[in-house]
Formats: sequence, structure tokens, C-alpha cells
Amino acid sequence: MVERVARSQVAGVGARGWRGLALIGAWIVAGLVPLLGAGDDLLTLLFRICLFVALAQSWNILAGFTGQTSLGHAAFFGIGALVARTLWLGGMPFPVAFALGGLAATAFAMIIGIPTFRLRGAYFAIGTLGVAEVLRITVAQGMPLITSLSPAEIASYSMATRYQLALGLAIVTSVVALLARRSPLGLGLLAVREDEEAARASGVNVLAHKLLALALCSFFAGLAGGAFAYQQVSYYPAAPFGPLWTFDAVLIAYVGGLGTIAGPIIGALFFIVVQERLALSFEQGQQMIFGALFILVVLVFPGGLIEGWNRLYRLLPARFGARQAAKHLQGRDE
Amino acid sequence: MQSIAQNLIFGLFVGSIYGVAAAGLALVFGVLKLLNVAHGELLMFGGYITFWLFSLWGFDPFLSLLIAVPILFVIGIALDRLVFRWLVRLGGEARIKNSLLVSFGMALILQNLALQLFTADERTVQLSYSGAGLNVFGVSLPYTRLISLLAAFLAVMALHLFLHRTYPGKAVRAVAEDGESAALAGIDVRRVYLYTMGIGAALAGLAGSLVVVGYGIEPSIGLSWTLKALVVIILAGTGSVLGAFPAGLLLGLVEAISGVAFGAIYRETAGLVLFLLVLVLRPNGLFGRA
Repeated sequence: MVERVARSQVAGVGARGWRGLALIGAWIVAGLVPLLGAGDDLLTLLFRICLFVALAQSWNILAGFTGQTSLGHAAFFGIGALVARTLWLGGMPFPVAFALGGLAATAFAMIIGIPTFRLRGAYFAIGTLGVAEVLRITVAQGMPLITSLSPAEIASYSMATRYQLALGLAIVTSVVALLARRSPLGLGLLAVREDEEAARASGVNVLAHKLLALALCSFFAGLAGGAFAYQQVSYYPAAPFGPLWTFDAVLIAYVGGLGTIAGPIIGALFFIVVQERLALSFEQGQQMIFGALFILVVLVFPGGLIEGWNRLYRLLPARFGARQAAKHLQGRDE
Repeated sequence: MQSIAQNLIFGLFVGSIYGVAAAGLALVFGVLKLLNVAHGELLMFGGYITFWLFSLWGFDPFLSLLIAVPILFVIGIALDRLVFRWLVRLGGEARIKNSLLVSFGMALILQNLALQLFTADERTVQLSYSGAGLNVFGVSLPYTRLISLLAAFLAVMALHLFLHRTYPGKAVRAVAEDGESAALAGIDVRRVYLYTMGIGAALAGLAGSLVVVGYGIEPSIGLSWTLKALVVIILAGTGSVLGAFPAGLLLGLVEAISGVAFGAIYRETAGLVLFLLVLVLRPNGLFGRA
């Protein structure tokens, strides 16, 4: 009994994975419907949600699964945006520029990954923050002029296309995260997160796993940057390198539920929707509320909204049957 | 030649403020083993207190240090009571990681509080004697910067005397070295945490007051100052609180030199690059122990 359960967890989509898939399925359905006659403002809102899902989901792969809290996420986002934008405005077809943006971010990540992974814990966090800041300042100084789309591009601008791109990216990132999580790679990442020394002693190549997680993380963050570059009509090239992008992703991943697949999705929905609602009445005050919420989550609710949901779910007595009991016996590794 | 010397001297001036800000953060990190990313926001609030005392009632900013610093001390204690006390139950890496996150949430709150209260306008204090100064071998030494340097130096000296000559100070050092043994020796560790947090905030407030006189403040400067303080701490080595001052001066000099050698746009990056190099190549810093 235990053997079979364990294998289904590793080899394919276990019983728990259906919830994540159902969520993604609902996402796809919900996403395609509004395209029929939805206004640009709604599409922009949905675009932002999808962008943040991708951003938070990619950060989650490195931080939630592998336990490496990087604060330099904006570096990958920014590189992806920079490369995609420059190539696209230079004449390259956007899909190629988009892909190259993601690859450029990954290349950069691989270069700085090896020296940075020599750092642990807090030093890794501030080291990555430092790297992102160096990039931001260099780009701000080197490319101080705003980048704008040409009038021809603006005339043929379609928000629906942008939204579909972001939606696709969000879905793909989530699916990749799900598959990685359920694979032997995922087990290795979790092992590194829980106890690096023990993992190394068990034969897990810690550095290789960290680099793989970093590669996935940086690639999708870079693609998200490309999506941003595609959507924004005009912005300062240094803007996507700003630390607020990193912190928003961190906030969303934590509030939603670190280390889960549904977490970044729920978190992004929550974040953007609350932000929009509060923006009408509170202006800047919403940041204070998010700050307080974030502190609460870290101190009291480390599992975020997903954990809160799980706790409520388990409190419902009618749902308790043998199957549920078996599920909980599998162990709560999420 | 003159302008190079001028640049270097100004590098020292700003470096002294870096040093004071870093000393506060290093103290908190060394004793409570918490990384307070909101340190820059505390600095910012110290600056605002000094600014408003000057704008509303004409207090000389250097005298209003006597008011701003104690206020920040109290704020530091409040933060310890409200937020950081929940973190000290955790151990080692979890503590540092969580303190990073929690203080980041606090930084968000404080920054937006300042934005609501004070607007985003940049504030600076212009004194009647702001322009005047000494002129030594063609290098201009404004009085405000000189007093600021003196204030920073005195603050660090006072910290040194406190840590080495007074009983509470020795308790602080004991807790920094080994919290458990200190508790066994009868030291009230919780109280030490409390007033160390206060002192750390007070030093940040002091630095902020110096910043508003020499430079300028607005709600968003928090992160860049926190980063500066972090750079200096890494340069000095995490065991060393007093090493933060010379390390701060060093950073100021490095920035000035890079500004002269490579152009003003690379001042900031030079400091960060140095930081990354030290992190990777010499993690113990210049004066650090372990």
C-alpha cells in the first residue's frame, strides 16, 4: 500500500496533483471566455495577474522547492525585457525575440549562479539583491532614455494578443513547476531545501540541482520580462530591474503559499484584485496593508492562503473518510 | 589634483554616515542575529524628525539630534516588542531568513506611512551656515560636513565605550558571542535584545539626521541606504560592529575614487561590485572573526 502510493507520487500526477491540475484547467477555461468582447481594461488586469503568476511561480521554483531565497529575481525579469525589447524593436519577429530574452536571462543566471551559490541563507539573499541592483544601476545609467513603440506598432496594438501570451506563459510556468515538483528532480530539490548536508550525503548533487532550479526560474522570469516588454508601450529600460518586481513576486508566493503550485496563482489573484480594489479608495495605503499581511503570513501562517484553505478543508468532518485518511498519511510535503 | 582631493574628502564625509548607519545594523545583526531590512526606513524617519524640527520650530539639526535619536530608540524598542520578539524563537538560518522577510514587510509599511504623511517631495535642511567652510590647500571643507563627520565619529566612540566599559554593554557583547551561555551566566537576554534594537534604531536615526543636512531625504531612500549598510557590514565582516566605521569610510573612498576614475555613473556600481567580490572571495570581511 505504502509502496504504490509513494510511486504514484513520484512517477506521475499523484492524487494531490489533481487539485493543481483542476485549478490550471479552470484557469484555461476562465481565460479563454472573456476574450469574446472583453474590454481592454479588463484584459490589462488579467494580463497583470498572469504576469505575476509567472513571476511568482518561477521564483517559487528556486525558493519554495529548493529553499534558496533569492532577492535578485528582477535581474532575470529585466534581462528578459531588455533583450526582447531591443531585438524586437530592432526588427526581429517578436516570438524569436521573446524566446531569446528568456535564454539570455538563463545564460546570465548560469554565469552568476556558480559563484553565488557558494553563499548560504541571508548572504545568498543579499548577494542576489546586490547583483540585481548592479544591473539596474548600470542599465539606468547606460540606457537612460525611455523606450517607446513606433506609431505603426501602436496602431496595430492588440491587448488580446498580449493577454493570450501572458496567459499561456502563466499556464506553462505552472505546468512546468508541477511536473518538476512531481519528478525525481523535484524530490532532489526538496531534499536540498530541507537539509543540504543530508541531501549531499544521500548522493544528491546539490549544486547541479540548485543550478537546474535556477535555470528554470530564470528562464520563465526572463520570458515574463519579454511579455512585459511586449505589453508596455513605453517605459524606462531600467524599470523592469527594479527591486519592487522581486518583492511583489516574493510577497505573492508567500501569501499564496510557498512551495505549492496553486500558491502563486491564488496569491497573484489575491494580490492584483485587492490592489485594484484598494487603489480606488486607499491610494498608497494598500502597500501598508500588504506589508502587514506579509508580516502576518511569515509569522503566523507560513503556508499562506493555501495552508489556511487546507486547514479549513480538514476541519470539515463530513469529508473525512478512509481515502482522506490515506491522503494525510502520505505526509504533508507541500 | 584639487578636484581629486575634493572628491576623496567628500567620499570620507559620506563614508562616515555609511559607517554609523552600518554600525546600527551590524549591532542588531550581531546580537539578535536578525537582518533588519527596514533599517534604511528607520534612517529615513530619523531624517524626517530632524527636518520637521528644523522647518517648524527652527531647531538646529545638530542639536535636534538630542531629540531625534531618543525617539528612534523608542521606535526601535517598539519594533522589538511588536514584531521581532516572535522571531527570536527560531534558530539559525530560519531566523535570518524570516527576519529578512518580516522586516521587508515592515519596510513597505514604513515607506508608505512616510509617503502618506510627508509626501514624496525631497526634503533637505539648508542652514544659514550651509555654504560656509574652511579652505585647506584649495579643498573646501564645509562646516556642516565637518560637524557631521565629528558627530558620526563621536557616536561610534560612544558605542565603543558603551560596549567595552559599561556593564550593559558587556552584556550585549556576551549575547552577541553566545546567547545561550549568556543566559546561563544570568544575563537577561530578552532585555538585551530590547535595548540593542533600540540602540540600532537610534544609530539609524542619527545617520538619517546627518543625511538630511548634507544630502536630502524622501520616502524611497530606505532600500538604497539599507543596501549601503549591508555592503559596509560585509566589508567589515559580520562579527565586527566597530569595524563598520572604517569600512564605511573605505566604501566612501572607493566610491569617490571610482567616480573620479571611471566617471560619476559608476560610483554606485563600484561599491556594489566590491561588495559582491568580498562576499564571494573573502566572506569574513576585513575585520571579521567568523
